[in-house]
Amino acid sequence: MPTINEKLTEEIRTQAKALLANGTVAAVIGYSRGSLPMTVKPTVVRTAEDCGKLVWNSFCVLNLANYLPEVLKSVEPPRGPRDPKPEGPLAKVAVLATGCWSRNIVVQTQEHQVDPERVVVMGVASRGMVSRRKVEEQFAGREILTVEELDHDLVVKGADFEEKINRWSLVRDNCQTCTHPDPVLVDVRIGEPASERKNPNPFQQVDEIEGKSSEERWAWFTSEFSTCIRCYACRNACPLCYCPTCFVDDAKPQWVGKSLDAVDTGLFHLLRAYHCAGRCTDCGACESVCPMGINMRMLTKKLNKDVLNLYGVEAGMQPGSPLPLTTYATNDPQKFIVTEAKAVKEGV
Amino acid sequence: MKVFRLSQTELDSMVQGWSQNRRVYRPAAGRQQSAQADCAPGWERVAGSSPLTVATGPSKTSVKTFLFPQPETMQTYTLKSSDPDKGLLKEPEKTTGKQIIVGLRPCDARSVKLNNLPFREDPFYQASLARTVMVGFTCNTMCATCFCDQMGGSPMGTEGLDIAISQVDGTMIAEVLTPAGEELIADLSLTPAEDSDINALAERRKDCPQADSAKLDALKSRDLNKLYGAPVWQALGESCINCGACTFNCPTCYCFDVQDEVVRGQGRRIRYWDSCMFPLYSLHTTGHNPRGQKMQRTRNRFMHKLKYFPDRYGPFSCVGCGRCVQDCPVNIDIREVIHDLLAVE
Repeated sequence: MPTINEKLTEEIRTQAKALLANGTVAAVIGYSRGSLPMTVKPTVVRTAEDCGKLVWNSFCVLNLANYLPEVLKSVEPPRGPRDPKPEGPLAKVAVLATGCWSRNIVVQTQEHQVDPERVVVMGVASRGMVSRRKVEEQFAGREILTVEELDHDLVVKGADFEEKINRWSLVRDNCQTCTHPDPVLVDVRIGEPASERKNPNPFQQVDEIEGKSSEERWAWFTSEFSTCIRCYACRNACPLCYCPTCFVDDAKPQWVGKSLDAVDTGLFHLLRAYHCAGRCTDCGACESVCPMGINMRMLTKKLNKDVLNLYGVEAGMQPGSPLPLTTYATNDPQKFIVTEAKAVKEGV
Repeated sequence: MKVFRLSQTELDSMVQGWSQNRRVYRPAAGRQQSAQADCAPGWERVAGSSPLTVATGPSKTSVKTFLFPQPETMQTYTLKSSDPDKGLLKEPEKTTGKQIIVGLRPCDARSVKLNNLPFREDPFYQASLARTVMVGFTCNTMCATCFCDQMGGSPMGTEGLDIAISQVDGTMIAEVLTPAGEELIADLSLTPAEDSDINALAERRKDCPQADSAKLDALKSRDLNKLYGAPVWQALGESCINCGACTFNCPTCYCFDVQDEVVRGQGRRIRYWDSCMFPLYSLHTTGHNPRGQKMQRTRNRFMHKLKYFPDRYGPFSCVGCGRCVQDCPVNIDIREVIHDLLAVE
């Protein structure tokens, strides 16, 4: 009896092969097997023969939408920066997408980074991706040599141990609190659709931090980000970060210091998070790729909460409408505007 | 060379003794929740008398942070008009006193030697090296990501260490390898190792995984410049997200940039870690970037480690610690890259 992932893998291979063979797309963005347990490699497949490489499992933690603009460009005929766009339709690219990744494709479309006409979304309902860090922490001090995935359990093996653990207990925090596991865009359906998940409070972790005193919050912030080595894996793994020159890389003027000064590191993380306001789908790629295990997702999650409370919007959920922070309505909350009367009243 | 037998208690009290009047650092245990104020991420200063055990495999972050600090102040100056020394570059206050690194692994110790090749005339690296004593633990277990033996090192290697501590059949044996190491144990009365201990250690060293010299030679003799346009780079570059996780955690990546930081008229010229994965690294003042494509940057990292560095200095610029394999967000595995390069016709 094949497992859920084996069935999905088979279906992905068949569909990708068909899309490439009949010329619908010029490339498929998916995952292939990794060299270590609990890793996969983001892979671009360009021939039907190569589709056998593609795999699907619970460790697909990177957001494939991140690769979409670049792969779309790679299938266009080469041209110089001033050359006109070639006549006729450009080649398409297929991309695997779960709920959050598909919402990122919506955001990329809203921000004109991706032409939706050229994207074939191979939609997979997410069952929640497993955090490699959580598994490693559970087996601290013991080396994991293989991790076999069953439908609801992981079988973790080392040189002298073998343990079966419930899969859901090791699923990433963002996936555990996620309410939209099914893709919002689907051109080719892989597997069965999933219904919306119920979660009375997806922002519980944020609430816990907000519930602290300002001193405690500051202590949390300084401690959480103190191990940052400024490798920018969080930024580079994020499909929202596509600026040709990031503010941290600007040399003239230089906005942020380059070393490990706590002020600079903190500034980088705060600004990175604010740049994601109203756009972040909580895909968790930033946290998953951090080599130091920093929970920087708490910052973006807080902004997701604010945007939902203020504007009633979750990023990427309404493909046709503009991004919440690029538009306005007359009844937008404007508590931040300080009027004279208010200032007198509040003693500002 | 002197060889001693140590008990865990003796080791603990020895390290504790050093920490009385010197800075002693060890790898932080487990995932570090918060970095210590006076210590780089992944390390902690030894204080008090907690028993010294070190997890299998290399530490989370590499030892280079002690010899090539992030950042390092090279010069200081003032821009205050009232100061007669305005604009004069001055040497910063020297950090003096020994720092002792305990619990590093043979791969990291070897990296210090390798980095010393490009930094052999670098006053800052040399000053740090002169005041650093390294007390390493050899490895009885190689992790799935370890490949020191494939890069010319050994899990039982002592290169770069001042004192090497090995566990052989339940006995802890300390080899004191350098005058700096001898100075550390000068006032201690330690039990000299028996001949049987020394033989057992030699036996273990002989039996541990050895470099596959055929593979190393094959890679060295390959003209990688001819593979500059090989398709393997395209696939690698396509999946690479160009973050600096590999370079910053790599013990043998030593690139840096220099910058002036001025706060309220007081300036310091610092050098800080840079990464060839970042576009800014190779950006010229003209605006031209010779490595403007992601793939070119990914290729450069491997070409540097496997071609340019050995061409210039001899050994590969990789000690096989496996941190890049462990930390790469997209599972780029240097062992696979080497395999693929050797496989290209």
